[in-house]
Amino acid sequence: MVEELKAEVKNLNFYYGKNHVLKNINLPVARRKITALIGPSGCGKTTFLRCFNRMHDLYPGNRYEGEIVLYPDNLNILSPVVDPIKVRMQISMVFQKPNPFPKSIYENVVYGLKIRGVHKKNYLDEVVEKSLRGAALWDEVKDRLHKPAYDLSGGQQQRLCIARALATNPRILLFDEPTSALDPIATAKIEELMVELKKEVTILIVTHNMQQAARVSDYTAFMYLGEVIEFGKTDKIFTNPSEKLTEEYITGRFG
Amino acid sequence: MRDKVKISKYLDAAFAITGLLFCLIGIGVIIILFVDLFMDGAPRLTLKFFSSFPSRFPDEAGILSAWVGSLLIMFITALAAIPVGVGAGIYLEEYAKKNWFTDFIEINIANLAGVPSIIYGLLALGIFVYMLGFGESILTGGLTLGLLILPIVIIATREAIRAIPQSIREASYACGATKWQTIRWHVLPYSMGGILTGIIIGLSRAIGETAPLVTIGALTFIAFLPSSPISSDFPFISFKWLFDSFTVLPVQIFNWVSRPQKGFHVNAAAASIVLMVMTLLMNGFAIYIRYRFRRKIRW
Repeated sequence: MVEELKAEVKNLNFYYGKNHVLKNINLPVARRKITALIGPSGCGKTTFLRCFNRMHDLYPGNRYEGEIVLYPDNLNILSPVVDPIKVRMQISMVFQKPNPFPKSIYENVVYGLKIRGVHKKNYLDEVVEKSLRGAALWDEVKDRLHKPAYDLSGGQQQRLCIARALATNPRILLFDEPTSALDPIATAKIEELMVELKKEVTILIVTHNMQQAARVSDYTAFMYLGEVIEFGKTDKIFTNPSEKLTEEYITGRFG
Repeated sequence: MRDKVKISKYLDAAFAITGLLFCLIGIGVIIILFVDLFMDGAPRLTLKFFSSFPSRFPDEAGILSAWVGSLLIMFITALAAIPVGVGAGIYLEEYAKKNWFTDFIEINIANLAGVPSIIYGLLALGIFVYMLGFGESILTGGLTLGLLILPIVIIATREAIRAIPQSIREASYACGATKWQTIRWHVLPYSMGGILTGIIIGLSRAIGETAPLVTIGALTFIAFLPSSPISSDFPFISFKWLFDSFTVLPVQIFNWVSRPQKGFHVNAAAASIVLMVMTLLMNGFAIYIRYRFRRKIRW
């Protein structure tokens, strides 16, 4: 059904302690496409997204079962022998609330490179411009790169976070409800940006906003109570879903 | 109905006035204390007072050995308490697993902060003076006060670290940072204001401590300075001063107050002014640092 794959989730189960949160999830992630995860609050979509960069490893008592295979190198990123830090170097994340560091704009963008030991100024300058252009922020901040990131507006801060995520040249970009704290104009900018970004990078997005999923994504997965109920092309999911539950959610009868 | 509102408003005003009154009592006592002290001691605050050793004659006695001793003791105290306290705070907050054992440690640190200071003096007398053989020295005094303020530094460090939102740590980890990189680039710099404030508050408590230093044998009559840290022959740096005996300002004050002659009481008042100004300056510096860091970092 899906063309070239960037990643594939196989029989993923996830536990918070004894709590079985994600149940037997299977999902293909198409290369250089946007895959949206939708579903009511508490259905596990954010938990699922955070499996991709092993964020759950930061907290005790969490357990994964199953695989998320990254192509083309066939790497199972959930394998205990794979270092979560290596995973996070290839799979970046943009969070729900803009969370820039209380440093300058420049320092925010180069952080991912600096901790990898890259300190060549010319190269860093280049990356900063490229990433900020990639995040459609360059023109607004090019004259004040060394000013604090907290002086930016909420929407600009979120685009700065996108630039920070792009700077390390990730293979997959994870978005966790990236516009839920933003106004409609800032939201529209981020959405345009995502469509632009998918030319270069594979995107997974969790969203509460069904119109957003319909506008930007190529594929949509509908989740409910920790399971993927339906997955397919976005057009099909929104116009002609095959599951009754999906239809009820999309038409607003619950959720 | 209207009466009820009226009564509530009167109660409101009454509470505000009572609060203000209590506030004024607190401030008033401090002001009276300070003015009284100043009137007694100010005439003795000459340059000679700072540059003379104690003496049998009140007019000739000064606080040279006491303020030098206080500064050196503070130096050792800071050297001992800062690395250990900040290190322990970071470990407990960022590395340690949350289980019964860390809970146990946490409760005990909180308890240690409340242990009477003379107990620390007895502990130090047993361990530093007799067991380790450091003697009644500057090293012993500094380490003792270091132990005394360790819980303050640890608690301040933990609280400062806890104030950093988890979202900042997650942002750092999501960029592929290790735990130490996250601490080094984010946790430490952003909590530095709170940590420094805690350190200075701890030091300003230590500078006024008398009991533990008397217990380990701080002398009250020291008519010499510790040996110089710089020597004329190789290797030019000497640590002999660490093992010299010492006195500090509060011990000197205590000694002068317990003398019968009136002149010594004036000296005690003058030395108290010096001690109070030092404490207030340290606290003022702590407030300034907190203000500076707060302005720089907003979440």
